[in-house]
Amino acid sequence: MNIVSLSNSYDADFVDEVEKESKQNVSLCYQCGNCTAGCPYTSFYDIPVSQIMRLVQAGQRETVLSCKSLWLCATCESCTTRCPNEIDVARIMDVLRHMARRAGKAPEPQVKTFTDSFLASVEKHGRVFEMGLMVSYMTKTGRLMTDSDLAPKILPKGKLAFTPHGIVGKQEVANIFKRYNEERDS
Amino acid sequence: MSSSLTFAYYPGCSGLGTSLEYDTSTRAICAALGVELVDIPDWSCCGSTPAHTVDHTLSSALSARNIAQAEELDVQGIITPCPSCLTNLKTASHRMEDEAFKEKVNKLLEKPVENKLPIMSVLQLLHEQVGVEKVAEKVVKPLEGLRLAPYYGCIMNRPPEVMNFDDCENPIAMDELMAALGADVAPFPLKVECCGASFGVARKDIVAKLSGKLLDAAEDVEAHAFVTACPLCQMNLDLRQSQVNSLTGSKHDMPVFYYTQLIGKALGLDAKSLQMDKLCVPPSKAFRKMEEAQQANAS
Repeated sequence: MNIVSLSNSYDADFVDEVEKESKQNVSLCYQCGNCTAGCPYTSFYDIPVSQIMRLVQAGQRETVLSCKSLWLCATCESCTTRCPNEIDVARIMDVLRHMARRAGKAPEPQVKTFTDSFLASVEKHGRVFEMGLMVSYMTKTGRLMTDSDLAPKILPKGKLAFTPHGIVGKQEVANIFKRYNEERDS
Repeated sequence: MSSSLTFAYYPGCSGLGTSLEYDTSTRAICAALGVELVDIPDWSCCGSTPAHTVDHTLSSALSARNIAQAEELDVQGIITPCPSCLTNLKTASHRMEDEAFKEKVNKLLEKPVENKLPIMSVLQLLHEQVGVEKVAEKVVKPLEGLRLAPYYGCIMNRPPEVMNFDDCENPIAMDELMAALGADVAPFPLKVECCGASFGVARKDIVAKLSGKLLDAAEDVEAHAFVTACPLCQMNLDLRQSQVNSLTGSKHDMPVFYYTQLIGKALGLDAKSLQMDKLCVPPSKAFRKMEEAQQANAS
């Protein structure tokens, strides 16, 4: 069992940041556990979602931003839909992921690499290039056999293009990323 | 002939690739049911799950570029078959009701978005505007005897205050449409449980467990096949069914249709537009069971 010393580690700024970025009042959570009960990913989480909510209330920045659960939430919206106090829990999980990224944490590196490869594909082509995304993911992770068992099933179907479906406005899409990066760094 | 229902259509990236048959069959049934689709000019990716897990303004801007492109058209709203695209477009639109947020989004865009068009899924359009009765009237080849497990996936109806469609725990739109085709719709208990979403590549153990549970449940209700409305759910259940079998020791052999393919089949549309041959688990087994049931009924 992990024992947290609240008096030494309470980080009020962390609570404020989460509330401001998610536009949610985290103190409304009274630990009913409904979010965890309905979460399909609980068995893969290192910290269940209701405990993450409690740790946010307790200002435990380091513990929360280092946990794997943030990277394994699929935003299925069960927690948000079933919260009796109408807390948008999935939005809080999203915001915590944003903060973990900014803090340079990624305890599920393959999930992060998949996300990054996906967005790089959108930035470059304007639309996702599925085949290119897979190649990029395999190269970056070194997992060269990823889904190789599926190739004989999908390739004969002609469902995977070998070249990207570029769009006329792909520079416009690249500019969205460019401006976003400039805003973030300013 | 100009149609009374004209909508801007957002196919989504998978419609050009892994869910080709969903896009093709959607276009075919919309044409058959009098819905005119105008493709959003030069549409781009909504960013899907990766974008909103990185930043909400970036995610909304990627969606908003498409909403702005649709605003140039003379249409009644935007529709998309894909629940992931839908949730991104609708969440962006919902959040941009906050003027300060909309301004932040517009700063990232070349062409500012007004955010006035209603956005809905093709399923919602068929259920609420075309209507189940009109679909039933057009059926020429009823699917009697085909027992289906209706699987909506997690985000078509959730969260309810954003998605504003059907019931968030027990949706029935697809059930009613399939029943209108004459199919036998099983009471499927995991309609909105997550299939493992986009973790198939990075963590296939997760997809094996969650999709495996869905496949088990479909067998428990003695379904001949799944019917679904989501390209990612379809891929996890169909293309990855072999991975689920090898990782969990199961022996599932369950076809997974898009609901649009089954509507098209009952409407008697041609094989080319329904693309049943793009499904990985061959659908023939389910149709054979359907025909057997029809013959047993007739005799």
